[in-house]
Amino acid sequence: MDFAFLYETLLTLLPGIPLTLKLAASAVGLGAVLALGLALMRVSKIGPLSAFVKTYVFFFRSTPLLVQIFLIYYGLGQFVGIRQSILWPILREPYWCAVIALTLNTAAYSSEIIRGGLQSVSAGQVEAGLACGMTRLQLLRRIVLPLALRQALPAYGSEIILMIKATALASIITLLEITGLAAKLISETYRAFEVFVVAAAIYLLINFVVTRLIQLLEYRLTPHLRPAPHAALVKQGGVA
Amino acid sequence: MTDFAFLTTLGFGPGGWGPAMLTAAAMTIAVALAGFAFGAVIGVCGAWAKLSGGVALRAAADAYTTVLRGIPDLLVIYLFYFGSSAVLTPIGRFFGATGFISLPGFLAGALAIGVVSGAYHTEVFRGAYRNVARGEIEAALATGMSRPLMFRRIVAPLVLRYALPGLGNVWQLVLKESALISVTGLVEIMRQAQIGSGSTRQPFTFFFAAAILYLLISSVSGWLLGRSEQHFTRGMRRV
Repeated sequence: MDFAFLYETLLTLLPGIPLTLKLAASAVGLGAVLALGLALMRVSKIGPLSAFVKTYVFFFRSTPLLVQIFLIYYGLGQFVGIRQSILWPILREPYWCAVIALTLNTAAYSSEIIRGGLQSVSAGQVEAGLACGMTRLQLLRRIVLPLALRQALPAYGSEIILMIKATALASIITLLEITGLAAKLISETYRAFEVFVVAAAIYLLINFVVTRLIQLLEYRLTPHLRPAPHAALVKQGGVA
Repeated sequence: MTDFAFLTTLGFGPGGWGPAMLTAAAMTIAVALAGFAFGAVIGVCGAWAKLSGGVALRAAADAYTTVLRGIPDLLVIYLFYFGSSAVLTPIGRFFGATGFISLPGFLAGALAIGVVSGAYHTEVFRGAYRNVARGEIEAALATGMSRPLMFRRIVAPLVLRYALPGLGNVWQLVLKESALISVTGLVEIMRQAQIGSGSTRQPFTFFFAAAILYLLISSVSGWLLGRSEQHFTRGMRRV
Protein backbone atom coordinates (compact mmCIF):
# COMPACT_ATOMS: atom_id res chain seq x y z
CA MET A 1 0.00 0.00 0.00
CA ASP A 2 1.25 3.44 -0.96
CA PHE A 3 1.20 5.43 2.27
CA ALA A 4 2.47 8.62 0.71
CA PHE A 5 -0.54 8.61 -1.63
CA LEU A 6 -2.93 7.84 1.23
CA TYR A 7 -1.54 10.79 3.16
CA GLU A 8 -1.88 13.03 0.12
CA THR A 9 -5.46 11.84 -0.33
CA LEU A 10 -6.22 12.62 3.29
CA LEU A 11 -4.89 16.16 2.82
CA THR A 12 -7.09 16.56 -0.28
CA LEU A 13 -10.24 15.29 1.40
CA LEU A 14 -9.90 17.07 4.76
CA PRO A 15 -11.09 20.46 3.41
CA GLY A 16 -14.40 18.75 2.51
CA ILE A 17 -15.25 17.92 6.12
CA PRO A 18 -16.59 21.38 7.11
CA LEU A 19 -19.03 21.41 4.17
CA THR A 20 -20.27 17.89 4.97
CA LEU A 21 -20.80 18.85 8.61
CA LYS A 22 -22.44 22.16 7.68
CA LEU A 23 -24.88 20.45 5.32
CA ALA A 24 -25.73 17.76 7.86
CA ALA A 25 -26.07 20.21 10.75
CA SER A 26 -28.30 22.63 8.83
CA ALA A 27 -30.50 19.83 7.53
CA VAL A 28 -30.83 18.13 10.92
CA GLY A 29 -31.40 21.44 12.76
CA LEU A 30 -33.97 22.88 10.36
CA GLY A 31 -35.44 19.42 9.77
CA ALA A 32 -36.02 18.88 13.49
CA VAL A 33 -38.03 22.10 13.79
CA LEU A 34 -40.06 21.25 10.69
CA ALA A 35 -40.51 17.65 11.86
CA LEU A 36 -41.84 18.77 15.24
CA GLY A 37 -44.40 20.97 13.50
CA LEU A 38 -45.36 18.16 11.14
CA ALA A 39 -45.65 15.63 13.97
CA LEU A 40 -47.90 17.97 15.98
CA MET A 41 -50.05 18.49 12.88
CA ARG A 42 -50.16 14.73 12.31
CA VAL A 43 -51.39 13.93 15.82
CA SER A 44 -53.77 16.93 15.87
CA LYS A 45 -57.45 16.20 15.51
CA ILE A 46 -57.80 18.53 12.53
CA GLY A 47 -58.46 16.22 9.55
CA PRO A 48 -57.00 18.25 6.65
CA LEU A 49 -53.76 19.02 8.55
CA SER A 50 -53.23 15.38 9.42
CA ALA A 51 -54.02 14.28 5.86
CA PHE A 52 -51.56 16.83 4.44
CA VAL A 53 -48.76 15.51 6.64
CA LYS A 54 -49.63 11.94 5.67
CA THR A 55 -49.29 12.80 1.97
CA TYR A 56 -46.07 14.74 2.58
CA VAL A 57 -44.49 11.87 4.48
CA PHE A 58 -45.66 9.34 1.88
CA PHE A 59 -44.11 11.35 -0.98
CA PHE A 60 -40.77 11.99 0.69
CA ARG A 61 -40.36 8.50 2.07
CA SER A 62 -41.20 6.63 -1.11
CA THR A 63 -39.05 8.58 -3.57
CA PRO A 64 -35.25 8.62 -3.71
CA LEU A 65 -33.51 11.62 -2.17
CA LEU A 66 -31.73 12.16 -5.48
CA VAL A 67 -35.08 12.80 -7.21
CA GLN A 68 -35.96 15.35 -4.54
CA ILE A 69 -32.62 17.12 -4.95
CA PHE A 70 -32.98 17.22 -8.75
CA LEU A 71 -36.59 18.41 -8.52
CA ILE A 72 -35.47 21.39 -6.46
CA TYR A 73 -32.12 22.14 -8.11
CA TYR A 74 -32.98 21.54 -11.79
CA GLY A 75 -36.77 21.33 -11.70
CA LEU A 76 -37.80 24.64 -10.17
CA GLY A 77 -35.96 26.61 -12.87
CA GLN A 78 -38.54 25.38 -15.38
CA PHE A 79 -41.07 27.89 -14.02
CA VAL A 80 -40.68 31.47 -15.18
CA GLY A 81 -42.47 32.67 -12.07
CA ILE A 82 -39.83 31.15 -9.82
CA ARG A 83 -36.96 32.38 -11.98
CA GLN A 84 -38.25 35.93 -11.60
CA SER A 85 -39.11 35.72 -7.90
CA ILE A 86 -36.97 37.08 -5.08
CA LEU A 87 -36.26 33.49 -4.00
CA TRP A 88 -34.31 32.75 -7.19
CA PRO A 89 -30.89 33.86 -5.87
CA ILE A 90 -31.31 31.19 -3.17
CA LEU A 91 -32.85 28.47 -5.35
CA ARG A 92 -30.09 28.94 -7.93
CA GLU A 93 -27.38 27.98 -5.42
CA PRO A 94 -26.57 24.27 -5.24
CA TYR A 95 -25.73 24.67 -1.55
CA TRP A 96 -29.18 25.96 -0.61
CA CYS A 97 -30.92 23.46 -2.87
CA ALA A 98 -29.06 20.65 -1.12
CA VAL A 99 -29.95 22.06 2.31
CA ILE A 100 -33.63 22.44 1.35
CA ALA A 101 -33.88 18.94 -0.12
CA LEU A 102 -32.09 17.30 2.83
CA THR A 103 -34.23 19.28 5.28
CA LEU A 104 -37.54 18.35 3.64
CA ASN A 105 -36.40 14.73 3.43
CA THR A 106 -35.25 14.34 7.02
CA ALA A 107 -38.34 16.21 8.26
CA ALA A 108 -40.54 13.51 6.71
CA TYR A 109 -38.66 10.65 8.39
CA SER A 110 -38.17 12.48 11.70
CA SER A 111 -41.80 13.53 11.97
CA GLU A 112 -42.75 9.85 12.10
CA ILE A 113 -40.10 9.21 14.76
CA ILE A 114 -41.36 12.16 16.83
CA ARG A 115 -44.95 11.03 16.33
CA GLY A 116 -43.99 7.66 17.78
CA GLY A 117 -42.42 9.47 20.73
CA LEU A 118 -45.44 11.71 21.26
CA GLN A 119 -47.85 8.80 21.17
CA SER A 120 -45.75 6.85 23.65
CA VAL A 121 -46.45 9.42 26.38
CA SER A 122 -48.97 7.70 28.62
CA ALA A 123 -52.43 9.21 29.02
CA GLY A 124 -51.96 9.23 32.80
CA GLN A 125 -49.06 11.69 32.55
CA VAL A 126 -51.12 14.02 30.38
CA GLU A 127 -54.14 13.76 32.66
CA ALA A 128 -51.98 14.44 35.71
CA GLY A 129 -50.59 17.54 34.03
CA LEU A 130 -54.04 18.77 33.13
CA ALA A 131 -55.28 18.03 36.65
CA CYS A 132 -52.53 20.27 38.03
CA GLY A 133 -54.02 23.05 35.94
CA MET A 134 -51.30 23.27 33.29
CA THR A 135 -52.18 24.96 30.02
CA ARG A 136 -51.78 22.95 26.82
CA LEU A 137 -48.52 24.76 26.04
CA GLN A 138 -47.09 24.20 29.50
CA LEU A 139 -48.09 20.57 29.30
CA LEU A 140 -46.31 20.22 25.97
CA ARG A 141 -43.15 21.95 27.16
CA ARG A 142 -42.86 20.42 30.62
CA ILE A 143 -44.31 16.91 30.27
CA VAL A 144 -44.97 15.70 26.75
CA LEU A 145 -41.91 16.93 24.84
CA PRO A 146 -39.26 15.82 27.36
CA LEU A 147 -40.82 12.36 27.58
CA ALA A 148 -41.25 12.12 23.82
CA LEU A 149 -37.66 13.23 23.22
CA ARG A 150 -36.34 10.56 25.54
CA GLN A 151 -38.42 7.91 23.81
CA ALA A 152 -37.51 9.03 20.27
CA LEU A 153 -33.80 9.61 20.79
CA PRO A 154 -32.41 6.20 19.71
CA ALA A 155 -34.36 6.23 16.42
CA TYR A 156 -33.56 9.89 15.91
CA GLY A 157 -29.88 9.08 16.37
CA SER A 158 -29.97 6.69 13.40
CA GLU A 159 -31.74 9.35 11.36
CA ILE A 160 -28.88 11.79 12.06
CA ILE A 161 -26.36 9.18 10.87
CA LEU A 162 -28.45 8.62 7.74
CA MET A 163 -28.42 12.38 7.09
CA ILE A 164 -24.62 12.57 7.40
CA LYS A 165 -24.44 9.78 4.82
CA ALA A 166 -27.03 11.53 2.65
CA THR A 167 -24.93 14.71 2.36
CA ALA A 168 -22.80 12.72 -0.10
CA LEU A 169 -25.55 13.24 -2.69
CA ALA A 170 -24.80 16.96 -2.67
CA SER A 171 -21.68 16.09 -4.64
CA ILE A 172 -23.90 15.18 -7.60
CA ILE A 173 -25.03 18.82 -7.82
CA THR A 174 -21.41 20.03 -7.92
CA LEU A 175 -20.80 20.61 -4.19
CA LEU A 176 -17.27 19.66 -3.16
CA GLU A 177 -17.84 18.02 0.19
CA ILE A 178 -15.97 14.83 1.14
CA THR A 179 -17.54 12.61 -1.53
CA GLY A 180 -17.32 15.38 -4.14
CA LEU A 181 -13.60 15.80 -3.52
CA ALA A 182 -13.16 12.03 -3.51
CA ALA A 183 -14.93 11.64 -6.87
CA LYS A 184 -12.81 14.43 -8.32
CA LEU A 185 -9.62 12.81 -7.03
CA ILE A 186 -10.64 9.41 -8.41
CA SER A 187 -11.24 10.83 -11.87
CA GLU A 188 -7.85 12.57 -11.72
CA THR A 189 -5.79 9.65 -10.41
CA TYR A 190 -7.85 6.53 -11.25
CA ARG A 191 -6.97 5.13 -7.83
CA ALA A 192 -10.48 4.40 -6.65
CA PHE A 193 -9.55 1.98 -3.90
CA GLU A 194 -7.13 4.19 -1.97
CA VAL A 195 -9.40 7.23 -2.20
CA PHE A 196 -12.36 5.11 -1.11
CA VAL A 197 -10.49 3.85 1.96
CA VAL A 198 -9.58 7.35 3.11
CA ALA A 199 -13.04 8.83 2.46
CA ALA A 200 -14.72 5.87 4.18
CA ALA A 201 -12.42 6.29 7.20
CA ILE A 202 -13.38 9.97 7.51
CA TYR A 203 -17.12 9.19 7.36
CA LEU A 204 -16.73 6.35 9.87
CA LEU A 205 -14.88 8.62 12.27
CA ILE A 206 -17.56 11.33 12.02
CA ASN A 207 -20.34 8.81 12.51
CA PHE A 208 -18.52 7.19 15.41
CA VAL A 209 -18.21 10.52 17.21
CA VAL A 210 -21.86 11.43 16.53
CA THR A 211 -23.07 8.02 17.72
CA ARG A 212 -21.08 8.43 20.93
CA LEU A 213 -22.51 11.92 21.53
CA ILE A 214 -26.06 10.61 21.11
CA GLN A 215 -25.34 7.72 23.46
CA LEU A 216 -24.05 10.22 26.02
CA LEU A 217 -27.21 12.31 25.68
CA GLU A 218 -29.32 9.17 26.00
CA TYR A 219 -27.45 8.26 29.18
CA ARG A 220 -28.01 11.73 30.64
CA LEU A 221 -31.73 11.64 29.81
CA THR A 222 -32.46 8.25 31.37
CA PRO A 223 -31.25 8.43 34.97
CA HIS A 224 -34.21 6.28 36.02
CA LEU A 225 -32.90 3.32 34.01
CA ARG A 226 -29.48 3.30 35.65
CA PRO A 227 -28.82 1.06 38.61
CA ALA A 228 -29.08 3.07 41.82
CA PRO A 229 -25.76 4.16 43.30
CA HIS A 230 -24.65 1.91 46.12
CA ALA A 231 -24.61 4.56 48.85
CA ALA A 232 -28.29 5.29 48.34
CA LEU A 233 -29.14 1.62 48.83
CA VAL A 234 -27.17 1.47 52.05
CA LYS A 235 -28.95 4.52 53.41
CA GLN A 236 -32.32 2.88 52.78
CA GLY A 237 -31.21 -0.15 54.71
CA GLY A 238 -29.60 -2.19 51.96
CA VAL A 239 -31.05 -4.32 49.19
CA ALA A 240 -34.14 -6.15 50.28
CA MET B 1 -46.92 26.17 -24.13
CA THR B 2 -50.29 25.08 -22.85
CA ASP B 3 -50.86 23.78 -19.36
CA PHE B 4 -51.12 20.23 -20.57
CA ALA B 5 -47.96 20.26 -22.65
CA PHE B 6 -46.43 17.77 -20.25
CA LEU B 7 -48.97 15.19 -21.40
CA THR B 8 -47.53 15.26 -24.92
CA THR B 9 -43.98 15.38 -23.60
CA LEU B 10 -44.47 12.29 -21.48
CA GLY B 11 -47.11 10.69 -23.71
CA PHE B 12 -46.88 7.70 -25.98
CA GLY B 13 -47.49 9.54 -29.24
CA PRO B 14 -44.77 10.57 -31.71
CA GLY B 15 -42.02 12.45 -29.89
CA GLY B 16 -43.42 11.35 -26.51
CA TRP B 17 -41.08 10.12 -23.80
CA GLY B 18 -43.54 7.66 -22.27
CA PRO B 19 -42.08 4.44 -23.71
CA ALA B 20 -38.52 5.51 -22.84
CA MET B 21 -39.50 6.29 -19.24
CA LEU B 22 -41.31 2.96 -18.85
CA THR B 23 -38.33 1.04 -20.27
CA ALA B 24 -36.15 2.91 -17.80
CA ALA B 25 -38.52 1.90 -15.00
CA ALA B 26 -38.10 -1.74 -16.03
CA MET B 27 -34.33 -1.22 -15.85
CA THR B 28 -34.66 0.26 -12.35
CA ILE B 29 -36.65 -2.78 -11.23
CA ALA B 30 -34.16 -5.17 -12.85
CA VAL B 31 -31.07 -3.60 -11.31
CA ALA B 32 -32.77 -3.25 -7.90
CA LEU B 33 -33.85 -6.91 -7.98
CA ALA B 34 -30.35 -8.04 -8.97
CA GLY B 35 -28.81 -5.96 -6.18
CA PHE B 36 -31.39 -7.18 -3.68
CA ALA B 37 -30.78 -10.82 -4.59
CA PHE B 38 -27.01 -10.42 -4.34
CA GLY B 39 -27.45 -8.63 -1.01
CA ALA B 40 -29.62 -11.49 0.26
CA VAL B 41 -26.87 -14.00 -0.53
CA ILE B 42 -24.35 -11.85 1.35
CA GLY B 43 -26.88 -11.42 4.16
CA VAL B 44 -27.34 -15.17 4.64
CA CYS B 45 -23.56 -15.67 4.77
CA GLY B 46 -23.16 -12.68 7.09
CA ALA B 47 -25.89 -13.86 9.44
CA TRP B 48 -24.37 -17.34 9.50
CA ALA B 49 -20.94 -15.86 10.30
CA LYS B 50 -22.39 -13.77 13.12
CA LEU B 51 -24.45 -16.60 14.58
CA SER B 52 -22.18 -19.61 14.34
CA GLY B 53 -18.85 -18.51 12.94
CA GLY B 54 -15.66 -18.45 14.95
CA VAL B 55 -14.17 -15.36 16.52
CA ALA B 56 -12.46 -14.24 13.31
CA LEU B 57 -15.54 -14.74 11.11
CA ARG B 58 -17.77 -12.95 13.58
CA ALA B 59 -15.35 -10.03 13.83
CA ALA B 60 -15.20 -9.82 10.04
CA ALA B 61 -19.00 -9.82 9.76
CA ASP B 62 -19.29 -7.18 12.48
CA ALA B 63 -16.72 -5.00 10.76
CA TYR B 64 -18.54 -5.41 7.44
CA THR B 65 -21.95 -4.35 8.78
CA THR B 66 -20.50 -1.48 10.82
CA VAL B 67 -18.47 -0.05 7.95
CA LEU B 68 -21.14 -0.43 5.26
CA ARG B 69 -23.78 1.19 7.44
CA GLY B 70 -21.48 4.08 8.32
CA ILE B 71 -20.39 5.25 4.86
CA PRO B 72 -22.42 6.82 2.03
CA ASP B 73 -23.71 4.38 -0.60
CA LEU B 74 -22.51 6.71 -3.32
CA LEU B 75 -18.89 6.05 -2.28
CA VAL B 76 -19.44 2.31 -2.66
CA ILE B 77 -20.89 2.82 -6.13
CA TYR B 78 -17.88 4.93 -7.11
CA LEU B 79 -15.59 2.23 -5.72
CA PHE B 80 -17.17 -0.48 -7.85
CA TYR B 81 -17.54 1.61 -10.98
CA PHE B 82 -14.11 3.29 -11.03
CA GLY B 83 -12.34 0.63 -8.98
CA SER B 84 -13.31 -2.09 -11.44
CA SER B 85 -11.50 -0.26 -14.24
CA ALA B 86 -8.36 -0.05 -12.10
CA VAL B 87 -8.44 -3.83 -11.79
CA LEU B 88 -9.74 -4.76 -15.23
CA THR B 89 -7.69 -2.40 -17.39
CA PRO B 90 -4.27 -3.96 -16.57
CA ILE B 91 -5.78 -7.43 -17.08
CA GLY B 92 -7.20 -6.33 -20.43
CA ARG B 93 -3.86 -4.83 -21.40
CA PHE B 94 -2.17 -8.12 -20.57
CA PHE B 95 -4.42 -9.84 -23.10
CA GLY B 96 -3.71 -7.18 -25.67
CA ALA B 97 -6.69 -4.86 -25.26
CA THR B 98 -6.18 -1.12 -25.41
CA GLY B 99 -7.94 1.66 -23.55
CA PHE B 100 -10.02 1.53 -20.42
CA ILE B 101 -12.14 -1.43 -19.46
CA SER B 102 -14.68 -1.10 -16.67
CA LEU B 103 -17.61 -3.13 -15.45
CA PRO B 104 -20.85 -2.32 -17.27
CA GLY B 105 -23.02 0.08 -15.24
CA PHE B 106 -25.60 -2.63 -14.56
CA LEU B 107 -23.10 -5.04 -13.04
CA ALA B 108 -21.18 -2.40 -11.08
CA GLY B 109 -24.46 -0.94 -9.78
CA ALA B 110 -25.99 -4.27 -8.84
CA LEU B 111 -22.77 -5.35 -7.08
CA ALA B 112 -22.51 -2.06 -5.18
CA ILE B 113 -26.15 -2.18 -4.11
CA GLY B 114 -25.73 -5.82 -3.16
CA VAL B 115 -22.74 -5.07 -0.96
CA VAL B 116 -24.51 -2.13 0.70
CA SER B 117 -27.83 -3.91 1.25
CA GLY B 118 -26.01 -7.07 2.35
CA ALA B 119 -25.23 -5.29 5.61
CA TYR B 120 -28.93 -4.69 6.22
CA HIS B 121 -29.85 -8.19 5.06
CA THR B 122 -27.36 -9.63 7.55
CA GLU B 123 -29.08 -7.94 10.47
CA VAL B 124 -32.54 -8.92 9.21
CA PHE B 125 -31.63 -12.62 8.84
CA ARG B 126 -29.77 -12.67 12.14
CA GLY B 127 -32.76 -11.19 13.95
CA ALA B 128 -35.14 -13.61 12.22
CA TYR B 129 -33.02 -16.64 13.11
CA ARG B 130 -33.01 -15.63 16.75
CA ASN B 131 -36.80 -15.68 16.64
CA VAL B 132 -36.91 -19.36 15.70
CA ALA B 133 -37.95 -21.21 18.83
CA ARG B 134 -35.30 -23.53 20.27
CA GLY B 135 -37.97 -26.22 20.59
CA GLU B 136 -38.44 -26.39 16.82
CA ILE B 137 -34.76 -27.10 16.31
CA GLU B 138 -34.60 -29.61 19.14
CA ALA B 139 -37.67 -31.38 17.76
CA ALA B 140 -36.07 -31.57 14.31
CA LEU B 141 -32.86 -33.01 15.76
CA ALA B 142 -34.85 -35.42 17.91
CA THR B 143 -36.63 -36.84 14.86
CA GLY B 144 -33.21 -37.56 13.40
CA MET B 145 -33.04 -34.91 10.68
CA SER B 146 -29.61 -34.20 9.31
CA ARG B 147 -28.41 -30.59 9.47
CA PRO B 148 -29.04 -29.80 5.78
CA LEU B 149 -32.48 -31.40 5.92
CA MET B 150 -33.35 -29.48 9.08
CA PHE B 151 -32.18 -26.26 7.44
CA ARG B 152 -34.31 -26.87 4.36
CA ARG B 153 -37.48 -28.07 6.08
CA ILE B 154 -37.51 -26.18 9.37
CA VAL B 155 -35.04 -23.32 9.69
CA ALA B 156 -35.26 -21.74 6.24
CA PRO B 157 -39.08 -21.51 6.06
CA LEU B 158 -39.32 -20.13 9.60
CA VAL B 159 -36.51 -17.62 9.13
CA LEU B 160 -38.06 -16.46 5.88
CA ARG B 161 -41.41 -15.93 7.61
CA TYR B 162 -39.87 -13.87 10.41
CA ALA B 163 -37.59 -11.98 8.03
CA LEU B 164 -40.31 -10.92 5.60
CA PRO B 165 -41.20 -7.52 7.15
CA GLY B 166 -37.50 -6.64 7.49
CA LEU B 167 -36.82 -7.77 3.93
CA GLY B 168 -39.63 -5.49 2.77
CA ASN B 169 -37.88 -2.53 4.39
CA VAL B 170 -34.58 -3.48 2.78
CA TRP B 171 -36.28 -3.75 -0.62
CA GLN B 172 -37.70 -0.22 -0.32
CA LEU B 173 -34.23 1.00 0.63
CA VAL B 174 -32.64 -0.80 -2.33
CA LEU B 175 -35.23 0.62 -4.71
CA LYS B 176 -34.42 4.17 -3.63
CA GLU B 177 -30.67 3.50 -3.68
CA SER B 178 -30.89 2.31 -7.26
CA ALA B 179 -31.38 5.95 -8.28
CA LEU B 180 -27.72 6.51 -7.43
CA ILE B 181 -26.65 4.06 -10.14
CA SER B 182 -27.52 6.78 -12.65
CA VAL B 183 -24.02 8.20 -11.97
CA THR B 184 -22.57 5.21 -13.84
CA GLY B 185 -24.57 6.13 -16.94
CA LEU B 186 -26.94 3.15 -16.72
CA VAL B 187 -30.23 4.29 -18.25
CA GLU B 188 -32.63 3.69 -15.38
CA ILE B 189 -35.38 6.11 -14.30
CA MET B 190 -33.10 8.88 -13.04
CA ARG B 191 -30.72 8.78 -15.99
CA GLN B 192 -33.61 8.72 -18.47
CA ALA B 193 -35.20 11.69 -16.70
CA GLN B 194 -31.91 13.58 -16.95
CA ILE B 195 -31.65 12.80 -20.66
CA GLY B 196 -35.25 13.86 -21.24
CA SER B 197 -34.98 17.07 -19.27
CA GLY B 198 -31.76 17.93 -21.05
CA SER B 199 -33.28 17.63 -24.49
CA THR B 200 -36.69 19.18 -23.75
CA ARG B 201 -35.65 21.79 -21.16
CA GLN B 202 -38.48 20.62 -18.91
CA PRO B 203 -36.60 19.29 -15.88
CA PHE B 204 -39.50 19.57 -13.45
CA THR B 205 -41.80 17.56 -15.71
CA PHE B 206 -39.29 14.76 -16.03
CA PHE B 207 -38.09 14.56 -12.44
CA PHE B 208 -41.67 14.71 -11.22
CA ALA B 209 -42.55 11.87 -13.56
CA ALA B 210 -39.55 9.99 -12.15
CA ALA B 211 -40.81 10.60 -8.62
CA ILE B 212 -44.25 9.26 -9.58
CA LEU B 213 -42.69 6.14 -11.11
CA TYR B 214 -40.73 5.46 -7.91
CA LEU B 215 -43.89 6.07 -5.87
CA LEU B 216 -45.80 3.57 -8.01
CA ILE B 217 -43.10 0.90 -7.86
CA SER B 218 -42.71 1.28 -4.10
CA SER B 219 -46.48 1.27 -3.48
CA VAL B 220 -47.13 -1.78 -5.64
CA SER B 221 -44.23 -3.71 -4.14
CA GLY B 222 -45.35 -2.64 -0.66
CA TRP B 223 -48.80 -4.02 -1.40
CA LEU B 224 -47.35 -7.27 -2.75
CA LEU B 225 -45.13 -7.63 0.31
CA GLY B 226 -48.12 -7.10 2.58
CA ARG B 227 -50.03 -9.81 0.70
CA SER B 228 -47.16 -12.28 0.88
CA GLU B 229 -46.72 -11.56 4.58
CA GLN B 230 -50.37 -12.46 5.06
CA HIS B 231 -49.86 -15.61 3.02
CA PHE B 232 -46.77 -16.82 4.87
CA THR B 233 -48.13 -16.11 8.33
CA ARG B 234 -51.50 -17.77 7.69
CA GLY B 235 -50.54 -20.59 10.01
CA MET B 236 -49.82 -18.27 12.91
CA ARG B 237 -52.30 -17.43 15.60
CA ARG B 238 -53.08 -13.75 15.70
CA VAL B 239 -53.85 -11.94 18.91
